[in-house]
Amino acid sequence: MIILKVNGAEQKLDVDPETPLLWVLRDVLGLTGTKYGCGQALCGACVVHLDGETVRACVTPVKRAAGGSVTTIEGLSPAGDHPLQRAWVELGVPQCGFCQAGQIMSAAALLRKNPRPSNDDIDKSLAGNICRCGTYTRIRAAVRKAAGLPTE
Amino acid sequence: MEQQRVVLLRRSFLAGLGLAAGGLALGLAAGDAEAAPPAPLGPTALPSQPGLRTGVFLHIATDGTVSVVCHRSEMGQGIRSSLPVLVADELGADMARVKIVQGDGDKAYGDQNTDGSRSVRDGYEPMRRVGATARAMLVAVAAKKWRVPAAECVAEQHAVHHAKSKRSLDFRELVADAAKLPVPDAKTVALRPVSELKRVGGLLPLLDGPAIVTGAAQFGADVRLPGMLTAVIARPPVVGGKVVRYDGARALAVAGVKKLVELPGPQGGAVGFQPLGGVAVVADTTWAAMRGRAALQIEWDHGANAAYDSATYREALSGAARAPGKVVRKVGDVDGALAKAARTLEAEYYVPHLAHAAMEPPSAVARVDANGCEVWAPTQNPQAARTEVARALGVDEAKVTVHVTFLGGGFGRKSKPDYVAEAALLARAMGTPVRVQWTREDDVQSGYFHSVSAQYLKAGLDADGKVSAWLHRTAFPPIPSTFDGRVKTPSDNELGLGVLDLALAAPNVRAEACDAPAHIRIGWLRSVCNIFHAFAVQSFIDEIAHARQADPREVLLEVLGPARHATPAELGVQKVPNYGAPIEQHPVDVGRLRHVIERVTEISGWSAARKAGRAVGLAAHRSFLTYVAVVAAVSKDALGKVQVDEVWLVADAGTVINLDRARSQMEGAVVFGMSIALHGAITMKGGAVEQTNFRDYPVVRTTEVPQRIHVEIVKSDAPPGGVGEPGVPPVAPAIANAVFALTKTRARELPLRRLGL
Ligand code: FES
Ligand code: FES
Repeated sequence: MIILKVNGAEQKLDVDPETPLLWVLRDVLGLTGTKYGCGQALCGACVVHLDGETVRACVTPVKRAAGGSVTTIEGLSPAGDHPLQRAWVELGVPQCGFCQAGQIMSAAALLRKNPRPSNDDIDKSLAGNICRCGTYTRIRAAVRKAAGLPTE
Repeated sequence: MEQQRVVLLRRSFLAGLGLAAGGLALGLAAGDAEAAPPAPLGPTALPSQPGLRTGVFLHIATDGTVSVVCHRSEMGQGIRSSLPVLVADELGADMARVKIVQGDGDKAYGDQNTDGSRSVRDGYEPMRRVGATARAMLVAVAAKKWRVPAAECVAEQHAVHHAKSKRSLDFRELVADAAKLPVPDAKTVALRPVSELKRVGGLLPLLDGPAIVTGAAQFGADVRLPGMLTAVIARPPVVGGKVVRYDGARALAVAGVKKLVELPGPQGGAVGFQPLGGVAVVADTTWAAMRGRAALQIEWDHGANAAYDSATYREALSGAARAPGKVVRKVGDVDGALAKAARTLEAEYYVPHLAHAAMEPPSAVARVDANGCEVWAPTQNPQAARTEVARALGVDEAKVTVHVTFLGGGFGRKSKPDYVAEAALLARAMGTPVRVQWTREDDVQSGYFHSVSAQYLKAGLDADGKVSAWLHRTAFPPIPSTFDGRVKTPSDNELGLGVLDLALAAPNVRAEACDAPAHIRIGWLRSVCNIFHAFAVQSFIDEIAHARQADPREVLLEVLGPARHATPAELGVQKVPNYGAPIEQHPVDVGRLRHVIERVTEISGWSAARKAGRAVGLAAHRSFLTYVAVVAAVSKDALGKVQVDEVWLVADAGTVINLDRARSQMEGAVVFGMSIALHGAITMKGGAVEQTNFRDYPVVRTTEVPQRIHVEIVKSDAPPGGVGEPGVPPVAPAIANAVFALTKTRARELPLRRLGL
């Protein structure tokens, strides 16, 4: 039995402790906002927060989260109005949208530690998040907007 | 064009879309279709109505809510945020009271295939016509009530207004009576002047943005049905391969694995959209299915394509491009002019296979019972999915319903519904709903690949350096080979992507298509053959410029020639395929191509953009009836690798409905084109794909993307062209040309990283 908190709610899970957190979230808890894109820590589609730090859920065995607290895109803000989420919508960042939960979760961790990131900080923090649709320039602008920095 | 007229829709149609009966429902029908009588409502009623042909359906409910059906798939191009706005503007509706309903796969919508960058192009006129008809009917009711001439009434903000008497009636108050009116004759319904379409062409909000940023948007892989199992499939590593025998004991021992199901490979002579076959591991979670697959022991018979090897094939392809092929375009006398030329130049270009690698790997959910089959899939082509599922199950299409989810990217991969048929076959085998999940490895290794190509170009220059003769040979395994294994010669449609439709000032031009057999599934990928044709042509023109020590911009404009409409006679072809559009409506307009070149060199400061350690390259290409020019600036990074510093793109896509989505498509096209230029290569060994995941099939990451990508969309009232694809083709040659200017290394093949650049 593995006990952890997901988006503030305690979950008792009877799963193989080696199961990647990604599949526990998606297949057991039905939290499908966290995406599968590569399964190999290469794309960032599965980024969630574990005790405030970003982890790639596809390569994080659920046992590593035991006793910890996981936040997914569904739990980032109560009303979907985190400054990043607002900036994302205002600047029309998403195209297909599939990568964006991972992008936002990576960016949220960045802003918490570094509220006024440089362009370089932003790129480094998001280097692990692929967007095949190519929304990168808007993602950067939205991170800056959420941080209260000029978007250009 | 076929005569179409607006008709009232049957109630069964509305039920199939989950819309309430009542209110006013309009659609377009082929000219001979009868306005349909109401049909009984039933929970399983599928939308179908004889004669309905085009994907425009509008419903105004008795509370005034306007529903617009989006029959094309959303995959990031923002179609759901665009087409409804057109109807709303034409109707005079308030966007806050407009709903969008995603259409299932049904022939009633006409063509639903979301490819070819034509959702707006196809929908522009019809959408407006239906909106205008509904408006006329609402206005007629109000005018009658007020006893004033209809011409004095206007529809705006979801109401009809009579300014003289200061009276207004909300659509809600008019719709019931409007629904009783006969549909007015098309001749009496005037479209609004474009200037009255208030939102069209502006910055429209992204309809699905909030759902996406909260994780609520449902993609194919996110569909969950009660009792659903998940399958991961071991497919033959070589196309046409078969399972000889397999040992599933260890797979079945994995906790959660329920069953192994062997799937048949493609039947008949062609792969088409059929599943590749193999062994499916069905389990209660994705993870269990993945582990089960890893534990499978399969002996394969690799079949006839087992010798496919990219290194050897490249030589054969090059040989084909160096030898005469089938003449597909001819004006003047190329051989004579080459013989007389003051100077000749020749070059051969090579672009490898590419994989789509959409962020969401293919996935689909199916449920099969005695009544038929219902699937949920991220598909660009729900009708093809419906047909393929019906064929795989051996049932009538009427028994198959295809629901379209959000697509986590498509780029052409998701027009091929093999993965949807897999889900249906497994759901039937299991007797429970089944979700098929492709892994990234499956996606990279078992796709429908962009074709590998070799091209040979030769130009004769006269004493002034002007191009007097132009020979272009193109060799690539054609897409039709996927549907008929015997086809080896590039098709007219593929040649229409940058060979037949290329306007040139040269008086002597010949193009030849050279044979190349396919050994994997070839499919269309965002902008298709335009990728390699534009790469070769735009690189070659740059080579000509450097050989003449002239400015590449001046030479490009000279090689294209003066502003004009290049007719089929001038081009030396019977017919320009022209993306299926009439050439009168969408001519090959050299003036528009020249204009985007002039604009992009102006905004980039063409000469000024060169700085110490930085060089610029230019390329321009017409595709999908849209004209795009790109300037790329490159420099070297700390490791001596080429990096793209800044990109400028100017596009003339004719009338644009959603300016912000058009821009975002172009921004994305720059990044997609950069991936092609820098990284993209699928290579084959022993008939199988050598790459596996983003580790060895890299795509551009944020660290490689320039801080500035400038996009300018030309203001135009020409008929709409495509937006999703045409940004891609000029990107790679612009970068390659810049790299030459910087390093004096001419990249005659892609990707650049493989050349150590
Ligand atoms: S799915 Fe986890 S990094 Fe790609
Ligand atoms: S928006 Fe499609 S992958 Fe990022």
